[in-house]
Amino acid sequence: MRSAWRDFDWFLFALVLLVCAIGIVEIYSATLGTKFASVYIKQIYFLGAGLFLMAVFSRIDYKALLEVAPWLYVASVGALLTVLVVGRAIFHSRRWIPIGGAHLQVSEFVKLAIIIVVARFFAESKAPPGFGDVLRLGALVGVPMLLVLAEPDLGTTLTYAPIAVVGLLLGGLSWRRFGVLLLGFVLVLPLAWHHLHPYQKARLVSFVHPEADPLHSGYQVLQSKIAVGSGGLWGKGMAQGSQTRGEFLPVPQTDFIFAAFAEEHGFVGAIIVLALYFLILTRLIQGAQLAPDKGGGLLIMGLVAVLAFHILVNVGMVVGFMPVTGIPLPLMSSGGSSLLFCFAALGMVMNVRMRRFVN
Amino acid sequence: MFDHEQKLPVARLLFLQYLLLACFLGLGYGLWRLQILEQGAYQLMAEHNRIRSEPIPAPRGRFLDRFGHLIVDNYPSFSALLVPEQTKHLQRDLPRIADGLGMQLSDLQQTLAHFRGAPDYQPIIIKEDITQRDLAFIDAHRDDLPELETMTISRRLYPKNGFAAHVLGYVGEANEDDIRRMHVAPGTLVGKFGLEQYYNKILMGKDGMRQVVVDSRGHVVQEAATVEPVPGHDLQLTLDDNLQIAAEEAMGERPGAVVALNPQNGEVLAMVSRPTFDPNQFTGGISPEAWKKLITNPDNPMMNKAIQAQLAPGSTFKIIMSTAVLETGRGDQKVVCNGGAVFYGRYYKCWISARHQTHGLTDLHKAIAQSCDVFFYTLGNEMGINTIDKYADEAGIGQRTGIDLPHEFAGLMPSPAWKERRFHQEWWKGETISVAIGQGAIEVTPLQLARAVGGIVNGGVYFRPHLVLHPGEVPQPAHQKPLEVSYPLKPSTVSTILGGMRDVVQPGGTAASAELQGVDFGGKTGTAQTISNEKLQQIGMQHKFVDNAWFVGVYPLDHPQLVVVVLYQHGAEGYFAGRIAAQVIKAFVDEQHAAGGAEFAGGASGAAANGQAAARQPQPPHPAGGQGASVAQASGVEPPREVSKARGPNLALAQRQGGGN
Repeated sequence: MRSAWRDFDWFLFALVLLVCAIGIVEIYSATLGTKFASVYIKQIYFLGAGLFLMAVFSRIDYKALLEVAPWLYVASVGALLTVLVVGRAIFHSRRWIPIGGAHLQVSEFVKLAIIIVVARFFAESKAPPGFGDVLRLGALVGVPMLLVLAEPDLGTTLTYAPIAVVGLLLGGLSWRRFGVLLLGFVLVLPLAWHHLHPYQKARLVSFVHPEADPLHSGYQVLQSKIAVGSGGLWGKGMAQGSQTRGEFLPVPQTDFIFAAFAEEHGFVGAIIVLALYFLILTRLIQGAQLAPDKGGGLLIMGLVAVLAFHILVNVGMVVGFMPVTGIPLPLMSSGGSSLLFCFAALGMVMNVRMRRFVN
Repeated sequence: MFDHEQKLPVARLLFLQYLLLACFLGLGYGLWRLQILEQGAYQLMAEHNRIRSEPIPAPRGRFLDRFGHLIVDNYPSFSALLVPEQTKHLQRDLPRIADGLGMQLSDLQQTLAHFRGAPDYQPIIIKEDITQRDLAFIDAHRDDLPELETMTISRRLYPKNGFAAHVLGYVGEANEDDIRRMHVAPGTLVGKFGLEQYYNKILMGKDGMRQVVVDSRGHVVQEAATVEPVPGHDLQLTLDDNLQIAAEEAMGERPGAVVALNPQNGEVLAMVSRPTFDPNQFTGGISPEAWKKLITNPDNPMMNKAIQAQLAPGSTFKIIMSTAVLETGRGDQKVVCNGGAVFYGRYYKCWISARHQTHGLTDLHKAIAQSCDVFFYTLGNEMGINTIDKYADEAGIGQRTGIDLPHEFAGLMPSPAWKERRFHQEWWKGETISVAIGQGAIEVTPLQLARAVGGIVNGGVYFRPHLVLHPGEVPQPAHQKPLEVSYPLKPSTVSTILGGMRDVVQPGGTAASAELQGVDFGGKTGTAQTISNEKLQQIGMQHKFVDNAWFVGVYPLDHPQLVVVVLYQHGAEGYFAGRIAAQVIKAFVDEQHAAGGAEFAGGASGAAANGQAAARQPQPPHPAGGQGASVAQASGVEPPREVSKARGPNLALAQRQGGGN
């Protein structure tokens, strides 16, 4: 490839690394003196693996990825079916595959495949999509969603949907049709409610009425709000958060890491991190605009959809706007699979950028 | 193929950009509201009115044997805690604490160093499962060592020396996957093996929750709401601890397995696997060294051989062959045994030729009692593999029995269809000759064999083996196999087979030395090769290639109530396994006598059996050592499974020349 690293987006890369570094420091601070105390080291190893994966993906021509999208899709559905059917017997789990001492979550990697599949779906069509396309896309994305839902993993299931929605929007679905879809979705919601697990319903109920169940889900939301609120303008200082240290905050190194950070570094720290995330997303959207073709742009926007959804739902949960769904904060929360996904996708984005003048 | 001219619609990208900005501003507002506007209120909540919820662990269900004797119980275990903030002289006190609790000072300091970053009020566990002496020391120094406290937790207590370890299993802390899957809190004990794993959900109960109000330093100042825990369900097992002890003692340290069950209802009365392990090692978290020792032991202590060893059944398979012979109307045929016979251009020896003898004119009765190979070679060849398969399938060979234990293995019944599927080769008729005496590719588990023979002597009514006495009282998995399957056999078939089995343990039979005076029992020996003779000549003889000894015993011969299968790996001769089985049968007979001849299966013997309880202290044999060797290698981190021994690309394994007796 010509001019390989000159067109590499070093600014975006620096932003991402900065957020990762803040995350690792916060994981260290939140788990100090607990049995999870060494988790931050694991996170550093995963960051290293992620960087390697990004380097690999940035060398793969994204057009080749779009080319093999159908096969990636078949492989993804196959992998999900495999863990679902024989996962319990072979790997003792329905969603994790043990690789070299780490447990990797299949559904995270399927996310990457779905981004590619959706990009391919719209890259080929010239005419604005009609309802028939909506149905076809719905079926395409719906199958893996149902498989992940059966694991059961509601949180990850939901993260697939924004990829399709952003795809439809940028694929040129008319606003009128968009409105009709939205209306239909609202009407279908009560039906979906019936298919939720009791614990999932409990989380939603306690979100609306936290006082109804102060011991369980409502407790988590309340403790999270107390952590954030008591942090004040400047925060309580690193490793000084009483909510985090006193173990009031559930799993402060994963889903509630933003609450732990907001408690220790206050409004100022929290706003800085939010701004960093916003810059990353903005930079990605710019990249999509500069992409040489629709397919490349859609690949980038697929990542934007996933990241934005994660950030909005996770931070929304931490400040009490959203129910507890178990969706981690990308780049910051402790957890290998999510980090590896992010860097693989970033590698793909880099490739699109590096190829913008190659055509 | 892609239209490179087309780009993304800029207006819509801009729309998304502004949508994101709006959402982020919303989040920013959320932070503003909590951290700036309402900061005071939350500060107050954080400092004064902190409500912490602590789980109250539900006591785990216990295991009882069929008579109601306790097998697995919980006991309160104390841990010593140190709360740094409760003293000003921590460093000064440390040597005294270490001395009083019998610890190394350096270990204690290391533990504290590990928690250096933790706040002072957070208790640190410095010693788990402390002794009475330690407890007395802490009690006696309440005033001068106020930083010491104790905490009670409930621990699992298993029988000593690995008694029934593979059946009972063990519990351990939930791992990352368990936590997500079962929605349990980190640190919760969940079943990891055996019945503990299979029935984990009902054994666990439901943890309660205690809501406490703590002050700014984390001290409990008041108790608020409490949700009481729901204790786990006790499980009464079908195991008979008399028989289990007899089987454990009879096996000693020999590698292999014993299964004893009641063929009339499928209740498993005893199940032993050797070598065994001590489940108590796991309750406090097993040390990496101990775990490594367990999984690298070539004899594979972490495998339940009763349900996971898949081996050639040898001549015990002749019982299943006999049903085929009798049900297809060949019961009157006689064969002349000259110490061997030629089939398809190859000479197949009868085991008796090794003694320079022959069986002469042999009918089915004699062929069972003296285990004549030539008889079954000839009849097997005449009936063909498809007929043999039909009766083996009906008896459940090559199928999981559906017992209520995790990770049961299926074994293998070879067939032309299987060979086509597995090797893309046609069935070779010579293989039928080997299968007819339980060699070749055929593999069974001890439990499978017990179910098969039990069903045959029960007139063709096969019961699913199970370990819980009242399965109706506990939720069973939805895909559970039916309790009872019936492929009726003619009464004459059953009586002829039982007649042959009777004479196996009489003078002249292959297990005459297993005879019990005055006890009306029968059996069938099996001596199964672990490796083909050709290969043996290449590699040379090693202990791990010594034949496996099998025995299937039934008692009484009139409507059998007990089937005992013994697998003695590398036991060389079937009758060695026969003697082990005879001891289990004797224990059963003695128990029935003690119970006044009451109908055993009914459980009416409970009262009488309780009378013996004092004499029934489990005294199982010594923990298994590394005696013997096996081809199998343990692998993986979860409870390992045995690598099948007989299976391999070498189908020539079939060429058994010494026959099985």
